[in-house]
Amino acid sequence: MSEKKTKRRDFLFTATTAVGAVGAAAVVWPMIDQMNPDASVKALASTEVDVSSLTPGNTLTVLWRGKPVFIRRRTQEEIDEARKVKMEDLIHPEKDEDRAKNPEWLVMLGVCTHLGCVPLNDKGDYNGWFCPCHGSHYDTSGRIRKGPAPWNMEVPKYEFVDAKTIKIG
Amino acid sequence: MSDHDYRPKSKVGQWFNDRLPLLTLANHLTDYPTPKNLNYWWTFGGILTFCLITQIVTGLTLAMHYIAHADMAFESVEHIMRDVNYGWLIRYIHANGASMFFLAVYIHIFRSLFYGSYKSPREIIWILGIIIYLLMMAAAFMGYVLPWGQMSFWGATVITNLFSAIPLVGEGIVTWLWGGYSVDNPTLTRFFTLHYLIPFLILGLVVLHIWALHVPGNNNPVGIDIKKPSKDTVPFHPYIVIKDGFALLMFMIVFAFFVFYAPNILGHADNYIEANPMVTPAHIVPEWYLLPFYAILRSVPDKLLGVVAMLSAILILAVLPWLDTSKIRSAVFRPLYKQFYWILVADVLILGYVGAMPAEGLYLLIARVATAYYFLHFLIILPVLGFKEKTIPVPLSITEPVLGGSPNLAAARNKESKLE
Repeated sequence: MSEKKTKRRDFLFTATTAVGAVGAAAVVWPMIDQMNPDASVKALASTEVDVSSLTPGNTLTVLWRGKPVFIRRRTQEEIDEARKVKMEDLIHPEKDEDRAKNPEWLVMLGVCTHLGCVPLNDKGDYNGWFCPCHGSHYDTSGRIRKGPAPWNMEVPKYEFVDAKTIKIG
Repeated sequence: MSDHDYRPKSKVGQWFNDRLPLLTLANHLTDYPTPKNLNYWWTFGGILTFCLITQIVTGLTLAMHYIAHADMAFESVEHIMRDVNYGWLIRYIHANGASMFFLAVYIHIFRSLFYGSYKSPREIIWILGIIIYLLMMAAAFMGYVLPWGQMSFWGATVITNLFSAIPLVGEGIVTWLWGGYSVDNPTLTRFFTLHYLIPFLILGLVVLHIWALHVPGNNNPVGIDIKKPSKDTVPFHPYIVIKDGFALLMFMIVFAFFVFYAPNILGHADNYIEANPMVTPAHIVPEWYLLPFYAILRSVPDKLLGVVAMLSAILILAVLPWLDTSKIRSAVFRPLYKQFYWILVADVLILGYVGAMPAEGLYLLIARVATAYYFLHFLIILPVLGFKEKTIPVPLSITEPVLGGSPNLAAARNKESKLE
């Protein structure tokens, strides 16, 4: 290689290829990015829900960004059950205190973290949710306890706008 | 090949052929020397070509009436079924045609496995076939989403979520595939576009598949290399054309049975309920032709590893020519392989069965054993068998086993030459 000197032509060749590659990438990127969520989809980012009619022990399911959101008004037993679980028994350790800031209200995406089915209420071995698709069991905090799902059901960003309204997103 | 010196008889033909040698190609296709011992398992290539063309023609006509929009897709399919002239017929042909396509492709693949058609020098034909098979699965899956029923929606959700198993970028890829935060209208429109595109990609690959086939020529039930053309071959036309045509007619009887007498038996009743993102059907199952892979996916308790196992089950086929170490192609001369072959067939059928059942208890156990055996077959049994197996001597030509039975070999040779 020592004998071969870099020539003007080698430089031109490399430079042309590099510019060509950048140009091709610049054209390809819009073609790929057009498939990402568009402005109208992103605009539907938040929704407000009236939860005044919800009594303890019941769940309201609302649609947010095309996905169901479970709003569970938990009973005292459910709260106690969720809070006494030891962290080492959990597949995806998360404290119930972190998942439900206000212990009476559990708000989470009603989407199984395995392959995206909607789990069923008040079912399964842990009195929480059960996904009929591939048999994942969730506890009263929506945490995965048994089955193929890798994570707990996701808690979205939400806040109480006033005493009876929750804003999701 | 003998057709290189082909010259059309007419002056016009010569003039045209000198400028675009289409007539040379046509001559090559009709005269193409084919082993004379091809059995009916070899007719599925032609049957598959028929299936592809049927799907393209019925698909084009359906696309004239179908509306790819989340609010209208379900209704437009019902509109096709009730209002469009012969819409019911065209849709039932298209929907059952997908099943018939897979039925034929599975027979075609298992014929290859039995007679060792994937082995040297036919590896490229085989790999092209595997790519076609993958594209078929993609097309079938996206096509099943288009009616926007409950199975469409949740099938799409489950399958696209497979990509979320990829570490770090998985969630981003799924959002990108969906064009939103769930399966919705943007997903439907892009699936329709790709469903429309893929059959033409398959068509192009089929041309390459046949082109690659015509270089070494067909394998045959005896699995030996033959001289072409010779007394071991017959011209494609009329011999194979007639045989393929007869087999196609038989196949069309089965096809017609499903279309006219049991058009929904292979489908799922839930898909006549419009998609509802709030409710998952109690039992999600894919179409029958994907069940073995679905069983493999569910047999692994870990999400990422389940997806890896399912993809590996398909991709392992692509390296099959190098996993099978035996020099002998046809299972006819491989007494042990022949037994393992049938065990594999049974294993895949069992996987298909448990794939349709709930993933729990005994079914789950069976699925795990069958999944383990599937990989064992390709990764351990096939490589070892090539070294250990005592094979039966193969004949020198196709004609020999037929005529070589005579105690007087010279008489047999003599008889053979008279037959020409």
